[in-house]
Amino acid sequence: MTQSGQYNFAYLDEDTKRMIRRALLKAVAVPGYQVPFASREMPMPYGWGTGGVQVTAACLCPEDVLKVIDQGADDTTNAVSIRRFFQRTAGVAVTERTGEATVIQTRHRIPETPLSEGQILVYQVPIPEPLRFLEPRETETRRMHALEDYGLMHVRLYEDIARHGAIATSYAYPVKVEGRYVMDPSPIPKFDNPKLSDCPALQLFGAGREQRIYALPPHTAVVSLDFEDHPFEPSKADHLCALCGAEDSYLDEVITDDAGGRMFVCSDTDYCAERRAAGHRGDMAAPFEEAGA
Amino acid sequence: MDSAALQGGFADPPVESARAFRAVLDAMARPGTIRRVTGAAPPAPLSVAAGVLLLVLTDRTTPVWLAPSHDHADVRDWIAFQTGAPIAAPGGAAFALGDWAGLRPPGRFPTGTPDYPDRSVTLIVEQTVLRAEGARLTGPGIAGAAALNLPETAAFAENRARFPLGFDCYFTAGERLAALPRSTRVEAG
Repeated sequence: MTQSGQYNFAYLDEDTKRMIRRALLKAVAVPGYQVPFASREMPMPYGWGTGGVQVTAACLCPEDVLKVIDQGADDTTNAVSIRRFFQRTAGVAVTERTGEATVIQTRHRIPETPLSEGQILVYQVPIPEPLRFLEPRETETRRMHALEDYGLMHVRLYEDIARHGAIATSYAYPVKVEGRYVMDPSPIPKFDNPKLSDCPALQLFGAGREQRIYALPPHTAVVSLDFEDHPFEPSKADHLCALCGAEDSYLDEVITDDAGGRMFVCSDTDYCAERRAAGHRGDMAAPFEEAGA
Repeated sequence: MDSAALQGGFADPPVESARAFRAVLDAMARPGTIRRVTGAAPPAPLSVAAGVLLLVLTDRTTPVWLAPSHDHADVRDWIAFQTGAPIAAPGGAAFALGDWAGLRPPGRFPTGTPDYPDRSVTLIVEQTVLRAEGARLTGPGIAGAAALNLPETAAFAENRARFPLGFDCYFTAGERLAALPRSTRVEAG
């Protein structure tokens, strides 16, 4: 009853937070291994980030500054509602600036602005098991992880090459953590995979429906699976951002009319806005945008 | 049970345990980093940091084993009242608490199974002092190398060799704590 007088701090009861916290600590101790946890019903449907929300709730302190993004954007329904949820139940400050946030909950992107020591990135994960679509039985995938038996995953990547001439997996691209566990980095574009490795921030992954938590401690070696003759290549649309002109950020394609018109814009809305505020202009940017607009 | 067991918990559990957990999480994510925690006033010989760890992490579902150095009636009473954690034999312990001499050999505690390496003990090792010197630590969570005055190196190097099975440790002294997960490589400094 500390915050609003209606909710326990950060919504969850203390028993639940303790259980999640123990799972988080074991997840950090065994990087890339999926720790089962007793996921709770949350006041939002599965698929809307219930795993990430529970991990965030277990980590939040009253002093935190929270940022929530959905596919890079701060202003989408999912991001706005989760941000409001924690404003209401934990009373924390919120921000859209990556650099100002201490805890960032994300759906399917890693921010473009490099993360720093002291930040926590919480991923919403739909299917935590990278081997699930190759082997549906949980008992079998557990055993495959135990035996470090990842041949099937390499066969899948090889079949991509045999069929398409290249590895066609473009998101949720499997990685190997510290030479041991193969891990699903959640459906981030493979463009973001290099940012997973040697990241100064702590990365936590929560899958609510599947009831799994896993983690990457800071400065952990994370390698995207590949072959010597088909090395991993992060990819993005071969354009500049139409609003801020960025050439190094991940782009969304936006259809603008029914005559084939389209534009490419940064998926990270904060990165794009900060660049425009600093005076960068893309081809389709408003010519006289007010500072801070 | 006398009334001493009723004292020394968090005054505002949701907020204090949230702050303490962040320090504990940071310690585990950055092995060797020494963090300060407050809010618990447990009976001697429990340190403040060990008391905080018990309050933040243990409850009815986590059996605790006490080494002889800490197996006193008032410690048991305090744990029973403040956390509800049952006292267990080493083979069934989720947490084990004491000085290193009393916790050795760590092989008698659960170290997880190949399918579920998380079903393993967490050791809370009470020390007189914590210093960032001594054993050399490398691995996940550490940029380059870190140092910590571990009670010995052989047991922790062995623990790392069994990865992903193994135990995870907190070292506590007064209000300070540091952590050593099984993923850390340990060499004599």
